[in-house]
Amino acid sequence: MADKNVNNAIDLSDLGLDTITETETEFSIGAMVTLRQLELHEGLNTYTQNAIRQAVCDIVGVQFRNMATVGGSIFGRFGFSDVLTMFLTLDCDVELFQGGIVSLEQFSQMKPDNDILVRIIVKKTPGQFVYDSMRNTRTDFPVIACGVSCVNEEYRFSIGARPGKALLLRDEEHILKDGLTENNIRNMSKWVAAHTPTDSNLRGSAKYRTHLIDVFVQRNLIQLRGE
Amino acid sequence: MERKDYKSVGKAYRKKDSMQLLLGKPLYVDDITPDHALVVKILRSPYANAIIKNINTSIAKKVPGVVDVYTWEDVPKKRFTIAGQTYPEPSPYDRLILDQHVRFAGDAVAIIAAEDEKAAKKALKLIKVEYEKLEPVLDFHTAKDNPILVHPEENWTALCKVGADAKRNLVASGVDSHGDLDGVFKDCDIVLERTYHTKAYQQAMMETFRTYTEMDRYGRLHVISSTQIVFHVRRILSHALDIPKSRIRVEKPRIGGGFGAKQTSVCEMYPAFVTLKTGRPAKLIYTREESQIAASPRHEMEITVKLGANKDGTIRAIDLYTLSNSGAYGEHGPTTVGLSGHKSIPLYTGNLEAHRFSYDVVYTNHQAAGAYRGYGATQGIFALESIVNELAEQLGMDPTTIREKNMVREGMKMDAYYGEMANACALDKCLEHCKKMFDWDKKYPVRNMGNGKVRSAGVAMAMQGSSISNVDVGSATIKLGENGTYNLTIGAADMGTGCDTVLAQMAAECMDCSLDDVSVFGADTDVSPYDSGSYASSTTYLTGKAVEMACDDLKKQICTIGAEMIGCDVNDVIFNGKQVMTEDGKKSVSITDIAYKTQANSKYTGIGTASHSSPVSPPPYMVGMVEIELDLFTGKVDIIDYMAVVDCGIPINPALARIQTEGGIVQGIGHTLMENVTYDANGKPMESSFMQYKIPTRMDMGKLKVEFENSYEPTGPFGAKSIGEIVINTPGPAIAHAIYRATGKWYRELPITPEQIAMDLMEKESS
Amino acid sequence: MEIQITLNGKIIKDHVEPDCLLIDWVRKHGCYSVKRGCETSNCGLCTVFMDGKPVLSCSMLAARANGHNVQTLEGLQEEAKDFVAFIADQGADQCGFCNPGFVMNTISLLRENPNPTDDEIRAYLAGNLCRCSGYEGQLRGIRNYLNHKNK
Repeated sequence: MADKNVNNAIDLSDLGLDTITETETEFSIGAMVTLRQLELHEGLNTYTQNAIRQAVCDIVGVQFRNMATVGGSIFGRFGFSDVLTMFLTLDCDVELFQGGIVSLEQFSQMKPDNDILVRIIVKKTPGQFVYDSMRNTRTDFPVIACGVSCVNEEYRFSIGARPGKALLLRDEEHILKDGLTENNIRNMSKWVAAHTPTDSNLRGSAKYRTHLIDVFVQRNLIQLRGE
Repeated sequence: MERKDYKSVGKAYRKKDSMQLLLGKPLYVDDITPDHALVVKILRSPYANAIIKNINTSIAKKVPGVVDVYTWEDVPKKRFTIAGQTYPEPSPYDRLILDQHVRFAGDAVAIIAAEDEKAAKKALKLIKVEYEKLEPVLDFHTAKDNPILVHPEENWTALCKVGADAKRNLVASGVDSHGDLDGVFKDCDIVLERTYHTKAYQQAMMETFRTYTEMDRYGRLHVISSTQIVFHVRRILSHALDIPKSRIRVEKPRIGGGFGAKQTSVCEMYPAFVTLKTGRPAKLIYTREESQIAASPRHEMEITVKLGANKDGTIRAIDLYTLSNSGAYGEHGPTTVGLSGHKSIPLYTGNLEAHRFSYDVVYTNHQAAGAYRGYGATQGIFALESIVNELAEQLGMDPTTIREKNMVREGMKMDAYYGEMANACALDKCLEHCKKMFDWDKKYPVRNMGNGKVRSAGVAMAMQGSSISNVDVGSATIKLGENGTYNLTIGAADMGTGCDTVLAQMAAECMDCSLDDVSVFGADTDVSPYDSGSYASSTTYLTGKAVEMACDDLKKQICTIGAEMIGCDVNDVIFNGKQVMTEDGKKSVSITDIAYKTQANSKYTGIGTASHSSPVSPPPYMVGMVEIELDLFTGKVDIIDYMAVVDCGIPINPALARIQTEGGIVQGIGHTLMENVTYDANGKPMESSFMQYKIPTRMDMGKLKVEFENSYEPTGPFGAKSIGEIVINTPGPAIAHAIYRATGKWYRELPITPEQIAMDLMEKESS
Repeated sequence: MEIQITLNGKIIKDHVEPDCLLIDWVRKHGCYSVKRGCETSNCGLCTVFMDGKPVLSCSMLAARANGHNVQTLEGLQEEAKDFVAFIADQGADQCGFCNPGFVMNTISLLRENPNPTDDEIRAYLAGNLCRCSGYEGQLRGIRNYLNHKNK
């Protein structure tokens, strides 16, 4: 930030978008909610079995998480975003000031424009969630981020820091239809690794990332199975 | 062994400045110097090797608030070195403040002086430079005798005979040896030869380089800088600016870390030049990026070591060759390389029949290297300790046993260490102690933890020196004040190490007073007695001895004055800290009255002062052991425990010695596992910020445990040796060893990244 | 633009450029404890409290603090004193440059969680880099303080 010329900054911080509202059916998360609020929110973490906490707790430091907003993180659709990776595993929509309500998956593929993200809506669809990431040092950007969920009996695999922006895959070939057997898990992780494009940067090569996707999908599925 | 119960020495006192530091008082360069100073910024070259054909500053100068812009045409043409070393410096005179020939991506092209930061930054973008790009030398293997010369200029000079030759891209070159090397190798059962590689790590002290300059009330250049070497900076500026030393005063306030980075005068010349030109106060604060790309990092070294041994593990011969990359300029090039051999090979003095140590230090078009804690010893010890571990594993010997068999022990003559005697050496006790504390026998075997993770252990020994023998000068002045309190004035630099406190503890011990009765001041070239500065593990050992000597000097004066006052012979009185009295205690005079006596009708200064140099550089010793947990699938290495036992002679302040050790270990962990230095096509380091250059966080270093084994160094103050540098030397080889135990692969290049480990394991599995 | 910030309990009205960072603004107003270590939000040296929560003042515009309550270590001397003495006893202050940010964030930790475990301490302070101490002495200091407090 130190070196950028800032001429116009719109400050959304005082518009009441900094709260998480929980109802019977959903969480409504204002765009200005901080990552730290996500980390500490009991309801969200109960619903996601602490996956959200796990997704944000290594992002830089408490001070940073007190400033960085969920809106900024998701609107930016950054490749390194743990937040986008995590939220893609949820049954989740975003509300845009002009564009109205669209699914997060759809939003994640839209090109950045001048619209404004107002809030994120997480539906309390029953599900299980696991999140993990590989980091070279604990508070660094991830080398790979991997969220796995089973929502309404549908498995979702969200892979971030490829290093491109997070990508959501489903079990299109019904590899897991007979359940999370050792063999199915292995085949599933191989399939996700094979179908996720990766690239190289300072933090890791494409080949290593593909290998890590295999490792983390496998581990997360085993954890999802509950052992 | 001389031992007694001390009152101040050996006690874990708080640092004298600790509460001020912890409560955030304004104590550093940017806190205590005026905000209205001119802002100085440096335009830097985007190319690794280029000639400035044309440079147009006229548009930049028109920016409102820009005071002036200087280029190579404006600066003195005499070459100098910015290495903080005793004159005549071993480092070549290869620098100008600004040069028409820029030699690394980040080299200075122009100096901007402006009323504020905004104007200076705007001007940076408006200077038009036309470069003639030259092919750079980026691979240090091909630098020697390369047709491309980093320093083709005719006025390059080397003051010392260090084997430097700019026409061959050589900063230094040399060899020394003892014994019949070839003969012993031929007679050995096993000869191993391996090559190891370490990178140009950044000190990454939290406070970047920074300097404030102004003209003082006498029209002299007054420099307030974050430096470890006030006296060397004064000389360097006098050379750079071509003005007499008498016109320069350099002082340092509190320093936000140095680790050797600030043993080079990295940025002082720029604001000093601006102040001389404009007559106005000027300030230069390096950005973190500048501190990453145009600073003074460790010398990248490639070390080939050949080890000859018998089947029973007797190490008989060592041949070590170091190729060192000094980058674009030669700061500390000729000296750092020496330690890679001289402070590694002597560890195996035990059965060593022959050794050879040879080296080349080369220029390349990388960022110039400098001094970093460990100063070459770290690189040499990574190589030698690793190959000894390889030998042990190959012989199926416990690596601690092979060390017990071959290590240097007290009373041995160290042929590979200038023939010095190991007069104080508890390395054997360090190993025994560390083995027990760490529970080596239990942790050395590899343990499968399930879930794809294994635990393993590694070990390494280390040594360093204490000051540069026959070169460094430590000095202290101690002045008696009213009430029997003292002012200690030093030229050494407390950069967070706590030397102000450690030296005051020694003064309190000598003067038999409380620590609170000793105030410390340093360092200021106008006030402090000459001291080479705080580097080369010299301050406790050398300046500490000078404190002892200065106190002796003062005590003699106190006794003389006291004896006069009570009317007896000086030989018949004693000084007990509170009073001078006759031995029978019948007559006495208080220190307060003696102090007042120096202020009325007196011929005594009440000031003791001393300088000290040492003909030897007694090594501290250390053993480090690490337990890691390695993820066989991701390649991630987690440090579980790092334990170390250090022999620094007698620790003057055990709390500070312990913190030094812990801090050094964590830096070493960083270099081994996470801090990398890679270059883009132009030879610019990719890791140009803390977003890319990852130093360890408190989540990355496991648990540390540090204890001490004492020896008594007869030439040191109160038996002390050094501690500051040695502590960084064990993590590299110890962690590489543990990783071998877990994976079966030796990593001979640092850092060892999770990716390398995972990919190698994958390859191993598929083959 | 015109802003009004309550800095360490004192209301300050000021004119600032839109790109003025909070770190530069608090230093301009005498709060020299706030240090710049990295410019990339990585080091934690510039930690200040905004409305009681620790944030990075190098990554926040002064304008964003408009109407808010900002505290620096200058305004928290009494709260800091008791606990930092235990850091001093370990010699873990070392060069001191990271200390204000570390102390600020520790104050925040202890307000939120008066009896943290070692792992909770490490996690909360992960965004505070220190190159000198090796962190272990800082941990010992905090632990000793907590033991003393709970006696």
